[in-house]
Amino acid sequence: MQDSVKPDGITPSQTVGPFFKYGLTPTGDYAWNDAFTNSTLTPDVSGDRVRIEGRVLDGDGAVVPDAMLEIWQADAQGRYADPQDKRALPNASFRGFARCGTDKDGNYSFDTIKPGVVPDPDGKPQAPHLVLAVFARGMLRHLYTRIYFSDEAGNGADPVLSLVPADRRATLTAVREAGKAVYKLDLRLQGDNETVFFDV
Amino acid sequence: MTFIYPTGSNKAHPLPLSPAYKSSIKRAPNQPLIPMRHTLSELTGPVYGHETVREGDNDLTTQHKGEPLGERIIVHGHVRDEDGRGVANTLVEIWQANACGRYVHVRDQHPAPLDPNFTGAGRTLSDASGYYRFVSIKPGAYPWGNHHNAWRPAHIHLSVFGHSFVSRLVTQMYFPGDPLFPFDPIFNSVPDEKARMRMVSSFDLENTKPEWALCYRFDIVLRGKNATPMENH
Repeated sequence: MQDSVKPDGITPSQTVGPFFKYGLTPTGDYAWNDAFTNSTLTPDVSGDRVRIEGRVLDGDGAVVPDAMLEIWQADAQGRYADPQDKRALPNASFRGFARCGTDKDGNYSFDTIKPGVVPDPDGKPQAPHLVLAVFARGMLRHLYTRIYFSDEAGNGADPVLSLVPADRRATLTAVREAGKAVYKLDLRLQGDNETVFFDV
Repeated sequence: MTFIYPTGSNKAHPLPLSPAYKSSIKRAPNQPLIPMRHTLSELTGPVYGHETVREGDNDLTTQHKGEPLGERIIVHGHVRDEDGRGVANTLVEIWQANACGRYVHVRDQHPAPLDPNFTGAGRTLSDASGYYRFVSIKPGAYPWGNHHNAWRPAHIHLSVFGHSFVSRLVTQMYFPGDPLFPFDPIFNSVPDEKARMRMVSSFDLENTKPEWALCYRFDIVLRGKNATPMENH
């Protein structure tokens, strides 16, 4: 066995490329089943059901039809479905993870519940947010960002949003459509109104 | 065990903008990434069990009526963390071109034949020691439009989860001794040569099955170190 080998570093990232769909997001178009969908919803999940949708755009403002987005989030009570979150509810079927490929017009959407408040390392509350990973042809490593919600009073005091220059915070905030449980957020990989990405 | 994820380990990754890889030019952010402390949101990650993976999903040669054409191979290894510890029960997904270098994806227009007996997708969970194993066929090299006479070295795409959302890795596994390495801007987007060579599998004669399949070993190292390395349990 090679169980005690100390690695000399991590395996580097490479692009997801243009042809991942049949393996990672087949959604009925290929002879392969989906491990994940664009929904985190389970029959037992509590909380406000919401849809988050938008487009992915490149530095020319052209739509990106071959991106893959993944979200990770807490449940409505602010707990992660991971035993490393000691507060997690081990029996809840809610998993908090979903995956979506963009369509030919660059559109993505997620059906989920609005997450609760999660503490930061000092115990201060973080406003409800999702963590988002963005993969695409042309992206040698995926990028990390967050999605916040426009109608949350806690955004102003959120310790991570506070790290972001005020004029760029809108790139992280999904805007609620009037009268609907739908939030809109476009992701701009480069250029004007470029989405804020984090070094994590 | 509590894991930490020093951001210095990310130096092994390519920079977002790598102009020799043309698709990166309009898809890499202009603004620097904003540093932040990891919170519970970054330090946790999705946990999936055996329900995600069906029996036989790790054998890409038995998904259709007949056997695919090409060189049958075994690809195996361990998923490890930065301390060398096996990452147990983590999902490994792969996808690849067929033996002729053609993907089943509708947008792949390379004029090489599709193989009706090969989709090219697989998945498995690592076991308690972090070990994983696939059976497949060796993918072919293929041309792409990046520059004149551009060919991708043969590779298998891999997607791995690990202990947290920041250990998430999508990469490509290459085959040893490929003559296309010096000419491939994606392979060479990894600046450090040692790190680059960690994407190259090694030929494994010991686990090659006589009269049946060549074997390649590919160990995958994900971010994550023990926060308290002196702890002894």
